[in-house]
Amino acid sequence: MKQQNINPEACPVTAKHIKVALVGQPNVGKSMLINSISNAHLHVGNFSGVTVDKTEVLFDYKDYHFTVVDLPGTYAFTDYTIEERVTHEYLCAEDYDIIINVVDSTNIEKNLQLTSELLTMSKKIVIALNMSDEAEKEGILIDEKYMSELLGVSCVKVSAATKMGIEELIDTVIEVYEKPKQEPKLVFSEAVEEEIEKIVSYLKKHKYKAVNSYRNVAINLLKNNKKTYEKLHDDPIWTELQPILIEASRHIELHHDTDDIKEAFAEEYASFNRGIVAEVVKYTADERREKKSLTEKIDAILIHPVFGIPIFLFFMWGLFQLTFTLGNIPMEWIDGFFGWLGETIAPTISNDDIRSLVVDGIIGGVGAVVLFTPNIIILFIGIALLETTGYMSRVAFLLDGFFHKFGLHGQSFIPLVTGFGCSIPAYMSARILKNDRDRLLTLFIIGFMSCGARLPVYVLFAGAFFGQDMAGTVLFIIYVSGAILGLIAAKVLKMTAFKGVDEPFVMEMPKYRLPSFKLIWHTVLTQTIMYLKKAGTFIAGAAMLIWFLSNYPHNELLDQEYSVKIEQAATSEQKREYENKLAEMQLEQSYLGRIGKLTEPLFEPLGFDWKMNVALQAGLAAKEVVVSTLGVLYSMGGDVDETSHSLAENIRKHIPFASAVSFIVVVMVYLPCLAATTVFAKEAGSWKYAFYLFIFTSVVAYVLAFIAYNVTRVLVGG
Amino acid sequence: MTLYEVEKSKKVKVIKLNASYELKQRLISFGIMKDAVIEVLEHAPRKKTIEVRVGKMRLALRAEEAQQIEVEEI
Repeated sequence: MKQQNINPEACPVTAKHIKVALVGQPNVGKSMLINSISNAHLHVGNFSGVTVDKTEVLFDYKDYHFTVVDLPGTYAFTDYTIEERVTHEYLCAEDYDIIINVVDSTNIEKNLQLTSELLTMSKKIVIALNMSDEAEKEGILIDEKYMSELLGVSCVKVSAATKMGIEELIDTVIEVYEKPKQEPKLVFSEAVEEEIEKIVSYLKKHKYKAVNSYRNVAINLLKNNKKTYEKLHDDPIWTELQPILIEASRHIELHHDTDDIKEAFAEEYASFNRGIVAEVVKYTADERREKKSLTEKIDAILIHPVFGIPIFLFFMWGLFQLTFTLGNIPMEWIDGFFGWLGETIAPTISNDDIRSLVVDGIIGGVGAVVLFTPNIIILFIGIALLETTGYMSRVAFLLDGFFHKFGLHGQSFIPLVTGFGCSIPAYMSARILKNDRDRLLTLFIIGFMSCGARLPVYVLFAGAFFGQDMAGTVLFIIYVSGAILGLIAAKVLKMTAFKGVDEPFVMEMPKYRLPSFKLIWHTVLTQTIMYLKKAGTFIAGAAMLIWFLSNYPHNELLDQEYSVKIEQAATSEQKREYENKLAEMQLEQSYLGRIGKLTEPLFEPLGFDWKMNVALQAGLAAKEVVVSTLGVLYSMGGDVDETSHSLAENIRKHIPFASAVSFIVVVMVYLPCLAATTVFAKEAGSWKYAFYLFIFTSVVAYVLAFIAYNVTRVLVGG
Repeated sequence: MTLYEVEKSKKVKVIKLNASYELKQRLISFGIMKDAVIEVLEHAPRKKTIEVRVGKMRLALRAEEAQQIEVEEI
C-alpha cells in the first residue's frame, strides 16, 4: 500500500485496495453503517475467533477495492472484555490502511474518549459522525468542518439509518488514503506538553530515526505504549532517555494526583474533549429535554423496583413459548424431510454397512442438528431484539442483585432460562455476557437446567413408578430441583474453580431504540449459518462415531442363528421378540455394550446394571437416545417412545426404584448431548473447557446419584 | 461520601476513585473520573445496583462499585 501512496498513477491496471478498520464504542450503529456502506453484503465472512467475531465486508467503489473490517465495539483500550481485546489487538498488530472511527453524534463527548486513543495510534483516521439526523432532532448541532480543523482529522456527518452522507464518507476515505498522513492535533495540559517537548527535543538532539513523528513517539512513551517502549529499549539512547521518562511520568502523575499514568491520560483526553465539544457543538435546548425523557419514561416502567421483574418474566415467558411452540412446527417438517431422505436414499445403496452408516449415522446425526435450527432462529431473533432495543441492560440491572449472590451475573438469566428448552441455543446466548469469567461460569451451569430432550426420559420413569396424577408433580420437582442444583453448583464453582475477586459490574444502559429489521436479519442469518456449518461438521463426525460403536463388531453368527429362529417363529409376536433379542445381543457385544459391561463395577454403587450404563453412555450423544436404547435393551425393540406402556412396565419390573431415582439424577446432571458439548466448547473458547465440563458434571452426577440411591434405599427399600 | 450514599436524582462530583486498577480503568472508560458529574437515577430492588447518569450516558453499577467512588455534593 505504501508504494501506491507515493505514486498512485504508477499502476493504473490493478485497482487499489483500501483496507478500512471500522472502530467505535458499543451502540453507535457500526454494524448498521457497514450494512449501509456495502449496501448488500457481497461477502460476509466470519473470522473464527472465540466468541466475538470480526466481520469483513468487501465491495468496489470507483477504482478502489474496499475491505471493511467491522471490529467489535469498545469503550477504551483497557482489554477488559473480549471485544476490547479483539479490537485492540487488531488495531495494533494487523495491517490496514485507514481507521473509520464511528461516533454517536448524540453523545459525542463520551465517544471522543476512544477517538483520543485512536489519535495517538499514528494511523490515518476518518471520523464518521453517525446518527447525525437523530442528533439534529435532539437539538444537537455539530460543526463538522470546524471539528475537522480542530482535530486535524476529517469528520463527516452520516446517518446509517437514512444512508445520508455515506458516499461522502467513502470519498473522504479515498481522499485521506491518497494524501500523506496528517498529524492529528491532540493538545494536552501544560504539564504534559512540557514533558512531551522535553522528550521531543531529546529525540531531535540524538537524531533518532522514527517512522512516526517525534511528538507521537513521545506521547506513546509517556502513555507506556508497549510497542514504542520495546523499540526504544533496544536503542543506545535508552540509558539516557529512561531517567527522563521516569521523571516525566512522575511529574504527570503528580499533576493529576494519581499513581496511574492511564488515569492521568484519560483525564487529559477528557478535558481536551470537553474543549472540543464546547467549541463545535451547539444545543437548541428545548427539544433535547423532551426527547431524553422518552427513555426515562420507558425506564420508569421497565426498571420499576416492583413491576420491573414481573414485566421481564412475562417477556421471557413469551419468548420461551414462541421458541418451543412455534419452533416445533418447522421441526416436524425437518424431521419428516430427513426421514424421507433416509428412506429414499436407503434403497440406492446395496452394501448393508454403508447404507447403515449413511442413513442411520450421517443423515440421522446431521438431521438431529438441523432439527434445532427453527428453535435457534426464533431464539436469536428474540435475543437480537432484546439487545438492539437496549432492554437487555435493564434486565441485568434488575436481576444482578439476585444472581450475584450465586456468583452469577444479571445477564446470566437469559441463557439459563433458555437452557430449559435446549442447551444449544442456551450456550450460544451466553455470548451476551461480556466478561470471560461470568460467561464461563454461566456456561458451566446451563446443563443443570433440564432441556427438552431429557423430558422423554423423565416422562418414562415418572410414568413407570408413579400414577398418572402424580407424574406431573414429579416432573415439576425434577425441573425445579435441577435449577436449584444449578444455582448451588454456581456458588460452589464460584468459591472454588472461579474463585477470585468479583468482576466489577459497570454497564452502559443505552438509549431505547427501535430495532432495525435489516440488522436483526443480518445478525440472525450469520449466526444461524455459523451454527449449521460448525456444529454440523462436528456432529456429523460424532454421530458416525456413536453409530460405529453401537454397530461394531457385528456378530454374523448371531445374525445367522436368529434369522433361522425368526423365520421359524410361529406368531408375529414371537418373531418380534426374536428380533429384539437379536438387537439386544448385538448391542451387548458391540463396543458400546462392552464399555457398558466393563464399567459395570464403576456404576454398581449407583445401582445400575450394564443396560442402564449403556443407555446413559449412549445418552452422551443425545438424551433422546436414552429412551430408544432402553427400549432395545429391555427387549422392546428400538422403535419405542416414552408413551410406550409395555416399556414402562418392563422398567418397573426390572429396575428397582432406588436405581431409577439414581438414574434420573444422572440424566439431570450429566452432559446434555454431544451437539451441545460441541457448541459449549466453541462458546467457551477451548476443548479444554469441554473436558472440564465433562469431569465436573460426571463427578457431580456420580456423587449426587450415589447419595440419592442410598437415601432412597433406606427410605423405601430398594 | 461515596456514590452509593447519594440519594436519587441528586447530582454529585467525583473526587477520587478508590478502586483497584482494573475497576478504575473500567470506570474511566465510561467517563467516571475525577471532576466528572454524576446524577443518581434509579435504585434496583434492595439497592443492589444503582443507575446513574454520567454526561449523557446512563450506567448501571453494583453497590460494591459505587462504594469505591468518592464524591462530593455540588
